[in-house]
Amino acid sequence: MEIGRHGGGELVTTDVLPASKLSSLKINGIRIDAVERGTGAPLLLLHPGIGLDPTAPVLDGLASRARLIAPTHPGFGTSDQPPAFDSVDDLAYFYLDLLDELDLKGTTLVGVSLGGWIAAEMAVKSTARIARLVLANAVGIKVGGREARDIADIFAMPEKEFNERAYANPALGVRDYKAMADADLRAAARNREATARYAWSPYMHDPKLKGRLHRIRIPTLFLWGDCDRILSEPYGRAYAGLIPGARFETVAKAGHFPHLDQPEEFSRRIHAFMEGRSS
Amino acid sequence: MRIYHFSEHPYPEAWNDPHGYLRVDLPNRACDPKRAADLFHRYHDEYLLADDLGLDLMLNEHHQTATCMNSTSIVSLSIMARQTKKARLLILGYPIGHRPDPLRCAEELSTVDVISRGRLDMGFIKGVPYEFAPSNANPVGVMDRFWESHDFIIKAMTTHDGPFNWESEHFHYRQVNIWPRPWQQPHPPVWSTTASRGNARVLGERGYVMAILGSGYATKALFDAYREGYASTHNGAMPGPDRFAYLALFATAHNEAEARRRGELVAAYLRTGATVYAPFKNPPGYLSVDDNMKLMRGMTPDRSFTKEGRVIDMRSGSLQDLIDSVLMVCGTPDQCYKQITDFIEYTGGMSNLLVMAQGGFLDHKDTSDSITLLAKEILPRLKEFKQPGAASVAAA
Repeated sequence: MEIGRHGGGELVTTDVLPASKLSSLKINGIRIDAVERGTGAPLLLLHPGIGLDPTAPVLDGLASRARLIAPTHPGFGTSDQPPAFDSVDDLAYFYLDLLDELDLKGTTLVGVSLGGWIAAEMAVKSTARIARLVLANAVGIKVGGREARDIADIFAMPEKEFNERAYANPALGVRDYKAMADADLRAAARNREATARYAWSPYMHDPKLKGRLHRIRIPTLFLWGDCDRILSEPYGRAYAGLIPGARFETVAKAGHFPHLDQPEEFSRRIHAFMEGRSS
Repeated sequence: MRIYHFSEHPYPEAWNDPHGYLRVDLPNRACDPKRAADLFHRYHDEYLLADDLGLDLMLNEHHQTATCMNSTSIVSLSIMARQTKKARLLILGYPIGHRPDPLRCAEELSTVDVISRGRLDMGFIKGVPYEFAPSNANPVGVMDRFWESHDFIIKAMTTHDGPFNWESEHFHYRQVNIWPRPWQQPHPPVWSTTASRGNARVLGERGYVMAILGSGYATKALFDAYREGYASTHNGAMPGPDRFAYLALFATAHNEAEARRRGELVAAYLRTGATVYAPFKNPPGYLSVDDNMKLMRGMTPDRSFTKEGRVIDMRSGSLQDLIDSVLMVCGTPDQCYKQITDFIEYTGGMSNLLVMAQGGFLDHKDTSDSITLLAKEILPRLKEFKQPGAASVAAA
């Protein structure tokens, strides 16, 4: 690994963010950025479609008891967009390669929303390097009938409505684009485009995934922000019901992004799960 | 010089609801099928009149909208192919960026070309932003899909020795062998539209007809980009004026006051046509990351300019603003002739004028009168008009 540029596009050294590394990784010739922080058992955090903010408090929270690796997906933020990548399946294989490349063993795999979908797609393929799985307000399957909209159409709503539906505290989603640094603005624009590239149609799900979830035979925890109005709690419970032995827990005062609404509680639940304690 | 008569086949009564959006999510309960039938028949009658008068015809399509009932333009195009006698039949555009099945596109267009005995002009477009919601085509990568679809359609139309194979990024066929093959050889003329210099250059390289919509006195930069592209693939030669087209709204009458009254009715299209729920206006990936960054900063590019460089907002501009920026050609036949020829002089040569001569509430009588004057008093003079030499413009 080498020190690289993070989502804000500025060179960040360890002097600025102690005990952390902002790394540029190259996997199969594809360069991505990642936050690396903390020591201990490996924890791979896969971000939602809104991207990864290297200053988010949840990163320190998770890294306090684990070796956190939080990559920015190909096509998002400042990571390369490989021309051939257009599906979550591509991202799942990419991250399985990353686990191999970094020789991670006994990994705790955590995914939020779109990141949860990627994590589920990885786990149905291989859990050789994954010890346990956490899916937080994950998309990825369809549970309702053909005329039921399981997942709110985020591309058919203004940003204000998105924030109100997605966050328990919608102020967390507000961005001042006019004041934003160019590099951050570029990352935000790329995040929106990349989300559509991977999840436009079938919308936010893989019709094949539901029938493959039984293959996941590692401890699995669903963490569900109970104020989410992008997804419903019954959707999450149906998803959990398809993975043998999966546990379903709600997170109070959290929406679609529980890691942002309740970073401490989110980290605490994951640490407890990693350490085999009941939360 | 050719003039193409054009109507979007609107359902104007939908404009009477001041609260709703006109596109994508306007409930079709507001569409009375009997009224829709009457309107289709009426618009088709106006097209037949235009054909009799020596005008050419342009059709387009949009989806889930009261502004344009031609949601499947191939239907009206097919009727025109059989019912008209002389007119060129321009479909502009045929949104191949949305179409999942370019084989069907090639078959439809070849059939229209045959039935019309070789009068089809094929205007390929990627499709307007707010139609990715209805079609569910992914706006990310639409230009790649557009060009693959284009390549496939041309290949299908120009292959005559039995089936060929096509297995590429977006489309898969193993036995392609269309019947009928097109009348025009090697294939009907290809047209397209653009608002970007980069795409204009690409169209020039290919020598396709480039139609520009609504950019007024900012059009020349696009024409010049086309000329550069054309010269690069044609041993430095300059394209003729027949490689360029421009679309304007249009109204004429024997006296100026009446022409302006008609003009206001047609202009209602510009003032309301973009009434779309905001999230549908800019789907992800439709614009480049750089352009999206500008939008996020609140910067919207100016599009329409007068001769003096004054920026015109096509939605709020006065009728005179629209005339000054050639968004609209409007006045007596003499005034219209001068507006058109001034603009042609400015562009350095352009011999395909596309006119929305019916728009909004402009009724059958006024539309018929306006296009009759256009055909009898403006077109003959434009045919005599000497186009400026493109070479001198390119050198300038």
